[in-house]
Amino acid sequence: MTIEMLSLLGAAIAVSFGAIGPALAEGRAVAAAMDAIARQPESAGTLARTLFVGLAMIETMAIYCLVISLLLLYANPFVQ
Amino acid sequence: MIETAPLGPHVAFWIGPVPISVAVVSTWAIMAVLTVGAWLATRNLAVHPEKRQAAVEVLVCGIAGQIRDALNRDPAPYLPLAGTLFIFLVVANTSAQIPLFNAPTARIETTGALALVVFASVHYFGVRQIGWKDHLATYLKPTPILLPLNLLSELTRTVSLMVRLFGNIMSHELVLAVVVALAGLFVPLPIMALGLLVALVQAYIFSVLAIIFIGAAIGAVKGH
Repeated sequence: MTIEMLSLLGAAIAVSFGAIGPALAEGRAVAAAMDAIARQPESAGTLARTLFVGLAMIETMAIYCLVISLLLLYANPFVQ
Repeated sequence: MIETAPLGPHVAFWIGPVPISVAVVSTWAIMAVLTVGAWLATRNLAVHPEKRQAAVEVLVCGIAGQIRDALNRDPAPYLPLAGTLFIFLVVANTSAQIPLFNAPTARIETTGALALVVFASVHYFGVRQIGWKDHLATYLKPTPILLPLNLLSELTRTVSLMVRLFGNIMSHELVLAVVVALAGLFVPLPIMALGLLVALVQAYIFSVLAIIFIGAAIGAVKGH
């Protein structure tokens, strides 16, 4: 197992496992927003804005995993 | 073909010993466009505005309204910073769609610089509002035992600002490059449309978070 192979594996595992949690959480967030908009359609603007802010926060976790995998692929300090 | 590594240097030219990267040149171009646009938009202001001035007023009052909603106080001291961040980020993020143009925010140096600006402005506004002793004392609230955690949270929220914007814009460009290489010229069009949405949302998120961090420092928002 060379360091290149391990880095590839690490990059794949980072993104694949790192995307599960945020995806589930975003689904729950959108479902809650749908509930709230259905209950009170006149505040749909505020709810949509808050939803987008919340989604960006959740998305950040997936972005962290993506950055780690990109570091492993393109800026790996152990590979020439 | 991906032209250059996402995290490696991408030098356009050298001024003596100093490398000027492509992102810096793109930022200069965007600065020039925004400066000229702002000057053109604010000439001959009238009390009863016609269309051009009304459009600019919608933008400025919209941003001021967002700040007023978040901080519950007069938005005037914070409007230049928040407004510039928002307008610059909207233009910089959507400039990725222009052919042959490299979005500056797809590089971690640009987003790192913007996050540092927000970090410095939090301390500037905090010290200006409540004095430096009280501002430093906020790190000892609610108890002094939490001081390391407060310092760490200060660092991580700055880093997360930087990584969020960088990751979103750079990964969008990377996905576009890979899809074009794999599937042809017209397939990425829906991805480019998604990229426009992501650009606007990320610009809004960055500006709103900057406003919230400043609000926490001046005591207008419950601490984060």
